[in-house]
Order: sequence, then structure tokens, then C-alpha cells
Amino acid sequence: MNEAERMVELIPRLRRYARALVGDRATADDLVQDTLERAWAKLHLYRRGTDLRAWLFTVMHNVHVNRVRATRATETLEEEMPELAQRASQGDALLVRDLERAIARLPAEQRAVLLLVTLEEMSYDAVARTLDIPIGTVMSRLSRAREKLRVIMLGQGTARLKVVK
Amino acid sequence: MSEARQPSDGELHAYADGRVDPDRKAAIELWLAEHPDEAERIEAYRRFGDELRALYDPVLEEPVPSHLMRSAGVARRWWPAAKAAVWLVVGLAIGALAGWQMHDWRTPVPVAIDPAAAMARRAALAHATYSPEVRHPVEVGADQEQHLVTWLSKRLGTKVRAPRLDEAGMSLVGGRLLPGENGPVAQFMYQTPAGRRITLYVRAEARGNRETAFRYSRENNVGVFYWIDRDCGYALASADLTKEELLRIATLVYKQLES
Repeated sequence: MNEAERMVELIPRLRRYARALVGDRATADDLVQDTLERAWAKLHLYRRGTDLRAWLFTVMHNVHVNRVRATRATETLEEEMPELAQRASQGDALLVRDLERAIARLPAEQRAVLLLVTLEEMSYDAVARTLDIPIGTVMSRLSRAREKLRVIMLGQGTARLKVVK
Repeated sequence: MSEARQPSDGELHAYADGRVDPDRKAAIELWLAEHPDEAERIEAYRRFGDELRALYDPVLEEPVPSHLMRSAGVARRWWPAAKAAVWLVVGLAIGALAGWQMHDWRTPVPVAIDPAAAMARRAALAHATYSPEVRHPVEVGADQEQHLVTWLSKRLGTKVRAPRLDEAGMSLVGGRLLPGENGPVAQFMYQTPAGRRITLYVRAEARGNRETAFRYSRENNVGVFYWIDRDCGYALASADLTKEELLRIATLVYKQLES
């Protein structure tokens, strides 16, 4: 199987991660598209036989960071906005919204680590390589992300989403 | 009975992620049993994983949009510029004719350095996109020509006109606004009674751009005559006419816009 076919196979995973990373579908698919185009243009930098998935996520991370940098002004504004009062949840649909919102409130670098660990189920080492940060930083970001998420979710006093296995 | 060693924070996360080996797992569980607050915290961490997967795993099952499939397989350097036009093609699903006319465009081309040649390429692409359209070839029809011209002039920031091509057996179908390299551009469409079409692509030029002679290029099956004159760049494109016919109409357009 060549790189193009493997890239196509990985698109659903890139989309899942992007959706969780940026929230809305259109922006997420834009990110995926930019990632694929950049990956294609930089394919000569990919070393055959190494983990294509990790490489693609690295490309996506870099594309995302650049896009965020370009809109830094608005991001900062949002960070400084007081939190809006939120209704108590009444069911799973609202809980899902709560979880999405809680994820969105994590600092971007913590969100990336949490999503690679939980959604992609990447090893901590692989996350460190993908994001090009030391393993200690991976662990501290993961720790802060989870704790912040826990505090946000506790604050909302929601019932838990029942996960059907 | 020995006091269980306190696990590191990293170990607790690895435990929440199901990544510790069985021996260590038993020891961690022993310690958690003695520290209910910590146990609750770690259980919450584990649960977030399940909830996140429940929330986002359905994305894996969604059909992948076709433009993403193409992005993964084909390098198209003109893509960012033509994105809007191609989106419309995809969105309108204009069918076999458009598909046939477009299929050769997906191969990489060298980046055009000459801005006028780049304009010709965009004009050809816009022609291939809209001229096969049966129901929606234009945004504003010839029945509202005055409105069309006023609107496009306003958006381009320069006076544009739709030349009369009756002399060449061509009547105005209408026009539309398109995204260009440096701002909006206009496209006028004309056709013969038999339905052969040409499109005139007009963009505002920065003042001081030198005027150019007629030049001809062929992009796949679309022939284009293009030139820059005073405030505007023009590209006349057609997949239906011969080079000679197109030149004759280009000359006609040039004369009218000159006067």
C-alpha cells in the first residue's frame, strides 16, 4: 500500500481528532484538508517505514498551531471572557454539549495531549514525538488537562453520560 | 501488612489509561483502596476517556467528503485559488459534462509566475466551471443587465461594461462575481443561438500595470485570449470556438471597451 492509500485510510482518524480539537465540523475539515495538502507537499520529509500516523498528526499539529497563531487576537479575547452561566444539564444531549464545551475550554496544548492519549490512544512516548515536546511535558499537560476537565465538569454538577460498551 | 507505596502522578494516569503492567496495577489498586478521594479522581479521569470516545468515535463512521479524499491523493497547487470555484462545482453537482471538462485539471501544474498568464488560467478554469451549466450559468441574467453592470463595477471598484457581441452572433447570458487572486473578479457569459458559449473574465488591475498585447493560451480544452488594458485585465475563454473565432471576438471586445 502506498502513502496515498494509507493517508486516505487515516482520514477518518484525522477528522475525529480535528473535530475534538477545534469543535465545529467545517473548521475541523478545513484543518484536515490543509493537513493533507501540506503532508502531500512535504511527503519527501516522511521517512518510509516510520509511523505514518504519528507523522500526519505532527503535520496536523503544526498546521493547527499556525492557524491558531493567525487568529491569536480573537482567541485571547475568548480566554479573557468571563464564563457564562450554564444551565444544569437535563440529559445526555446536554451532557454531550457540556463535555464539548469543557474540552473547548482547555488550553490548546493541554487539549492536544489529552486527545492524542484518549482518542488516538497513543503511547505517552508517541505523543511526545508527535508534538515534539519532552515526555515530562506530556505528563504534566495530561495531568493539568484532566484536572481542569474534572473541575469544570464537577462545577456543572452533571449526571454522568452512560457509556454503552 | 505493608503500607502500599504511593504511586507517582504519572503512574496514576497510566492506570487510568489502562497502561500499567498487572503487578503494578494490583499495587496501585491497593493504594487507591486506602485513598478514596484519589480513587474517585482517577476514576473520573478514566471515565473522561470513555466519554470522549463515545462523543467523537461516531466521526470515524461518517462518510469522508470527496474533497478530502482528493486532498490525500493529488497535489494541486492551484487549489487554494480555485477552491471556491471547485466547491461550487462539487456543490452544484453539475454532472457529466462538467466532470468531463474538469477531469484533466487535477494534475499539478507549475506555478505561473506571470500574473497575466495566471489570470488566463483562472479564466479558463472559471469557464470550464460555469459554461456547462444549464440551469445556473450566471448569477444575474441579461434581463437585468444594468443592475449586473452596476453591481460588478461596484464590487471590482472600477467601471466594467458588458460589450455587445451581436455582430459575432453572441448574446449576453448574464454574469457573476468570482473570487480572484487580489479581490473580486467579474465573469460575463455569452452564447450563440446554438448554445456555443464564451466567457469574458474581467479583473481590476493596479494602476500603472503595463498594458499588454493580445496573448493566447490553451488550458486543456479551453482556449483563452487575454490582455491588460488601462484599469482592467481581460481574458476571453471558450471551449466551443476555434482560435480564429475567438480572436475575432476578442478584437471586437477590445474595440468596444477601448471606445
